[in-house]
Amino acid sequence: MDHGPAVQLGPDNAIRYKSKLGVILFFVYAFIYGLFVAINTFNPVIMETEIFFGLNLAIVYGFGLILFAIILGIIYNYFCTKKEDELNINTKGGAE
Amino acid sequence: MIYTASPIAIGVFFFFVLTVLGLSFYFARQTGSSKGYYTAGGTISWPVNGVAFAGDYLSAASFLGICGMIATAGYDGFLYSIGYLAGWVVALFVVAEPMKRLGKYTFTDALDSKFNSRGIQLVAGISSLVISIFYLIPQMVGAGALVTPLLGLPHYVGVIMVGSIVILIVATAGMKSTTYVQFLKGGLLIVFSTILVFSILGKGLNLKPGDNYHEFKKIEAVLSGGSVTSIADKSYAVSSQVKSGNLDFVKLDKGGVSTWWQLTGKEGNWTLTEVLSKTKTEKGEVLYNGEPKEAEKFYSVGHMTKIVVDGKEVEKTGPLGPFKFFSVIQKSGVSLFNPVTITDGEDKVTIWHQKNTAGNKILRPGLKFKIERDSSITSKLNFVSLMLSLFFGTAALPHVLIRYYTVPSPKDARKSTIVAIAAIGFFYILTLYMGIGAMVNGGMDVESSNMAAPLLAKTFGVYLFAIISAIAFATVLGTVSGLIVAASGAVAHDLMTNFLGMKLSDSSKVKAGKISAVVVGGIAIILGILFKGMNVSFLVGLAFAIAASANLPAIIMLLFWKKTTAKGITASVAVGVVSSIAIILLSPSMFAMYGWNPADAVFPLDNPGIISIPLSFTVLVVVSLFTQKSASKTA
Repeated sequence: MDHGPAVQLGPDNAIRYKSKLGVILFFVYAFIYGLFVAINTFNPVIMETEIFFGLNLAIVYGFGLILFAIILGIIYNYFCTKKEDELNINTKGGAE
Repeated sequence: MIYTASPIAIGVFFFFVLTVLGLSFYFARQTGSSKGYYTAGGTISWPVNGVAFAGDYLSAASFLGICGMIATAGYDGFLYSIGYLAGWVVALFVVAEPMKRLGKYTFTDALDSKFNSRGIQLVAGISSLVISIFYLIPQMVGAGALVTPLLGLPHYVGVIMVGSIVILIVATAGMKSTTYVQFLKGGLLIVFSTILVFSILGKGLNLKPGDNYHEFKKIEAVLSGGSVTSIADKSYAVSSQVKSGNLDFVKLDKGGVSTWWQLTGKEGNWTLTEVLSKTKTEKGEVLYNGEPKEAEKFYSVGHMTKIVVDGKEVEKTGPLGPFKFFSVIQKSGVSLFNPVTITDGEDKVTIWHQKNTAGNKILRPGLKFKIERDSSITSKLNFVSLMLSLFFGTAALPHVLIRYYTVPSPKDARKSTIVAIAAIGFFYILTLYMGIGAMVNGGMDVESSNMAAPLLAKTFGVYLFAIISAIAFATVLGTVSGLIVAASGAVAHDLMTNFLGMKLSDSSKVKAGKISAVVVGGIAIILGILFKGMNVSFLVGLAFAIAASANLPAIIMLLFWKKTTAKGITASVAVGVVSSIAIILLSPSMFAMYGWNPADAVFPLDNPGIISIPLSFTVLVVVSLFTQKSASKTA
């Protein structure tokens, strides 16, 4: 067999924390994305509703989903890095 | 449409290609080992990898396909942008770090890391190969579509050219050169798309998009018993009249040239409006607006019919802010060009007639996807299926997954994914401006929606057109390189080395990878020529559906369900690949492609995700539960 990581990785004590946080944030985003798909499927006319600056719900929600993904990504990275720094002090740092 | 090659465009294009090839030869000496060839030695820094991710992912489908789809179907095209980007959330939160931690060169390595199962090696290798080839088709189609306006060469030449260049890039320096080609292309694409969007906003909206824009004539007509008996402009003579549903078209002759017009109006007030037409005559001649293609009478189109700013109708707006641009379109009207096919004697005629569409309908879903009053349960399921496939497909694409092995650590994998999300997300926001910009600025070739972005750039001058076209071409090069690396890894590493157990030295592994790259590149060239004319974003949607069905259930369950067995994964991947492809082949879109009636399609959905993804999950769970004993015995 020719598997296994291409580079040597040290232990990472933050794996469980990161995995749990990742799953939580995934479900948060999936819910908001699912709501967007549901509105478009069952009542797309609502998407014409003007929200602000003359923009309708379709554009605000669509742009919002894109921006929200970026923001969640930054938040996720912040907490993961913090936890890695905290838990991997005495290891070589699997995540480094 | 007929295109004339621009020397500037040719110059920019060759400069880019030579740069890319120079990079490949420069990196060639650093890729003597299999680790260097498949993963660039795991030495790419996270910011570079992040932009390369964007360069890899923002394919012809994103740039050409989505812009084209938005230009023809408004917000419905933008739904692809949203779905493609949302998929990165799955990649970041669920897949990125574990993939880096578990795998070596390919996605199959990660999937098989706990089991050493030949079944997994076989099905996952085949799955990677199939998905990569499905994804390659639209890229090659995009290359062919681009080479015509850029270099004035036929479609097949573009496909062969891209195929050959990419084979050279991959075969010389593998993942290292592929990474830097993607980095370069990703950066350029985002920078010049931003410039294009600034140009759109700076120009604002105008009822006449440009000085050279064709003005569609209108002639008053008199009817008797539903037939046109006379028209106001006596230089034309009525030749024939054909009805298609509730649409009425009239052929007029002038100076030996026949043109088609749409009849609209009501009792006592009838108008003929010029349309675009393509006629295949009995003798096999093809006429564009009644004349041979070379006469250049077939125009790029797209204009506004009404512009309303702050409640007042105006002819033009002047520069607009990014929000004002959409708020004005929302309250205005746009002319969309819808195709209709009619028969006139022995001639087959395709007509693109204008349909005045309210801006508020263009900027919300419903023009392409049937989700409104005219919808059925099937059409709604089709929509949900597509959105599901886009969401779950990204994190399962082999060419995306292999990029996790090019960085030194899981932390770098995570950070590079965030850079990718930011870069890709920003670009996808730009697609809505570019697509709508093409729709209202005469940037539409009605025969090929894929040309919207370059044609839009052309309305701002030949320099921007040359650069945007060359970048679009580079877009294809970058993505195809990544796909071919993924496919060659699947063949040489997963199938030859792991599944077949061939004892290859490190240098032989690299050689096997390079030979595989040449073969896969050859297959991609043939398929790119065969699939000419299909919207590239639609084709990519299908590749996503196969990836989401075949790979994602296995990845998710491996990571989060301890009872997952090797047989469960093998069965799930196999069922995912087979079921999704079977549904695609039996779908209405494919029936239309075969030249059959789409209504006779065996399966009513175009996108298989809503059936094949849950099916693949279910198979994995059931088979894993039934094979617990054998799993514990093996352990």
